[in-house]
Amino acid sequence: MKKYKTYLKYFIYLIIFAFVIIISYRSAKPRYKPEHYTDIFKDFSWLNDWPKWLDFPLMQPLNSGFDWLIAKYGIFFEGINFFLLGLYTSMKNSIVSLPWPLVIAAVILITYFASGRKTQTTVLVAFCTFFLGFLSPRYWDKCIMTTCIVVIGMLLCIAIGIPVGIAMARNKKVRNALLPILDLMQTIPSFCYLIPGILLFGLGAVPAIIAIFVYAVPPLIRLTDLGIRLVDKEVIEASEAFGASKKQTLWGVQIPLALPNIMQGINQCTMMSLAMVVIASMIGTRGIGDEVLLGLQQLNVGMATEAGIAIVLLAIIFDRITQSYGEKIQERTQPKKKIDL
Amino acid sequence: MSKIEVKNVYKIFGDQPSKVLPMVQQGATKEEILDKTGHTVGLDNVSLSIEEGETFVCMGLSGSGKSTLIRHINRLIDPTAGEVLVEGTNVMDLDQKKLIEFRRHKMSMVFQRFGLFPHKTVMENVGYGLEVQGQKPEERNKTAMEKIEAVGLIGFEHQYPNQLSGGMQQRVGLARALATNTDIMLMDEAFSALDPLIRSDMQKQLINLQSELKKTIVFITHDLDESLRLGDHIGILNHGKLVQVGTPIEIIMKPADDYVAAFVKDVNRAKVIKAKIIMKPANSSDGIDKSNLVKVNEDQFIDEFLPKVVCSNANCEIVDKEGAVKGYITKKELSKALTKEHMADAAKSTK
Ligand SMILES: Nc1ncnc2c1ncn2[C@@H]1O[C@H](COP(=O)(O)OP(=O)(O)OP(=O)(O)O)[C@@H](O)[C@H]1O
Ligand SMILES: [Mg+2]
Repeated sequence: MKKYKTYLKYFIYLIIFAFVIIISYRSAKPRYKPEHYTDIFKDFSWLNDWPKWLDFPLMQPLNSGFDWLIAKYGIFFEGINFFLLGLYTSMKNSIVSLPWPLVIAAVILITYFASGRKTQTTVLVAFCTFFLGFLSPRYWDKCIMTTCIVVIGMLLCIAIGIPVGIAMARNKKVRNALLPILDLMQTIPSFCYLIPGILLFGLGAVPAIIAIFVYAVPPLIRLTDLGIRLVDKEVIEASEAFGASKKQTLWGVQIPLALPNIMQGINQCTMMSLAMVVIASMIGTRGIGDEVLLGLQQLNVGMATEAGIAIVLLAIIFDRITQSYGEKIQERTQPKKKIDL
Repeated sequence: MSKIEVKNVYKIFGDQPSKVLPMVQQGATKEEILDKTGHTVGLDNVSLSIEEGETFVCMGLSGSGKSTLIRHINRLIDPTAGEVLVEGTNVMDLDQKKLIEFRRHKMSMVFQRFGLFPHKTVMENVGYGLEVQGQKPEERNKTAMEKIEAVGLIGFEHQYPNQLSGGMQQRVGLARALATNTDIMLMDEAFSALDPLIRSDMQKQLINLQSELKKTIVFITHDLDESLRLGDHIGILNHGKLVQVGTPIEIIMKPADDYVAAFVKDVNRAKVIKAKIIMKPANSSDGIDKSNLVKVNEDQFIDEFLPKVVCSNANCEIVDKEGAVKGYITKKELSKALTKEHMADAAKSTK
């Protein structure tokens, strides 16, 4: 009975495969094909070089599908574009218009409280921030632009990634459906994500934000999912045994205990966003990345290196802030100190 | 009507339990099933009933299915086949909402590996059952503090679980179960991590609690002495099968098979046998030296009054709660009680 079923499955796959071959043959241009399809079985010369008629027609349907998408849902994408661009410009403009010492002071304040009043981290981050402008005054505004893009991309990741991760941890079907998609998203080379962004949103900051989202959201989803599933089963059982509803268990037990892992995901997400935003300078996203590009184009090693250092500093700043915030949460939820009776 | 009734429950762990079920029902052993199908038999046709107000102790070796059985009662695990009735209601018939109500107000549980919330303080842990019921913080903290005091953890209420030792964590679990004040308590090796002093103290507390509140308690333990001390009835599990259910004396005197016999082989009889079982009744007490007597309650275990008797070289006068003399115990009765031969007679007399 079981064997019969597997055979049937293979048979269906075979039919689908044959069908695809026939479609590709039919849609191939006439000049590539033999005069009559029976010729294939008489003249076997096509076995030497890959025959031109054996060509799966993927490009055309994709293009037409894309056109259809734009025609039909253009307004929708327009809306997203408008919203993200508005958010980005207002955020960037307001920060750029601030006096730079004030910005550094704000960064110091944020770090100080996010890290749970760790002086060491705060001093490090303060120095890195200062050096951004100190390296080259031009970099200051560009770093602000890059930061704004990263922050917006991350917010998008958090707003969508964490709920999806939670859904995945709680429902096996969702998990099985999403895992292959996540695998796919992580295997595609990162700059490929820029292409749909450009096509849908043109050049500039918005495609970069979209690319950041697609590129950086998988690890966050995975780590959220993992964090929630790693919570000790007996702890969940205890919660249920006392009559907690699903919602109470989720918010009162699972999420707080998964938080260290979720924070790790956010940290990774930040690093990947930064990497992406540098690559995005290739499609004209303004920011610190285009200084590197400029340096390379002019074969100006000093310039490229200087910009490279600025990127590293920016990475350190992001990493330290998110990391130390995660550590702070971890300390609160899982104090390590042990006392003896 | 029994408080808790378990009827022909089977539990099989694995991907396709319902396919393996017929094999188990036809009598295949746990090893065979694991070998052939990769499924684990958790429970194999277990039926028992637990009366209101009694303490039912469940014993068995590691992996015999004790935790699995107790988890069926509050439906943390769904049975593969069979029914679990609590106060006449089949727990499988409860919908999500009713199940939550049922767990909140009918029963509480102590977990083998404690199951404490690492991100909550001791007080928050103890008050958790009340928190999910929607009680206000002031109220539930008050109850929580009472229970923390009852288990002797005053001063630790603002610590986190992993700042406490294992035994202290176990007591937090105990306090948490006590806080909701439910009729039924499920205690999965609730005392196993405690040191001997606190352990016997907790056992006493549980016995006192029982005499006052008459809760229905399902108690799991590895310790035979503990089970004899606490249990009104004892059930013994082996490889998922319930091999014997009976009163402590029945289990000791008439083990159903070699497995149970091996279990009770080393039992400390002094801890199990009560004074009233071995005493010479007052009406046939001629010839006993009554000049030097120690008063003993009829429900005391031998090991509770033995030291007194040995030190003072006296005979015992057995009295009931009102103080009326019921009988006497001399050295002769004591020595007989603590050797094997006498046990069979005692079994007959309690029957
Ligand atoms: N979730 C599960 N999945 C698969 N098998 C399980 C699961 N839970 C328990 N089992 C199996 O069921 C059997 C009984 O386990 P259970 O935890 O009830 O034992 P126990 O009597 O409580 O043992 P211990 O005294 O060590 O706590 C074991 O063989 C175990 O492997
Ligand atoms: Mg167990």
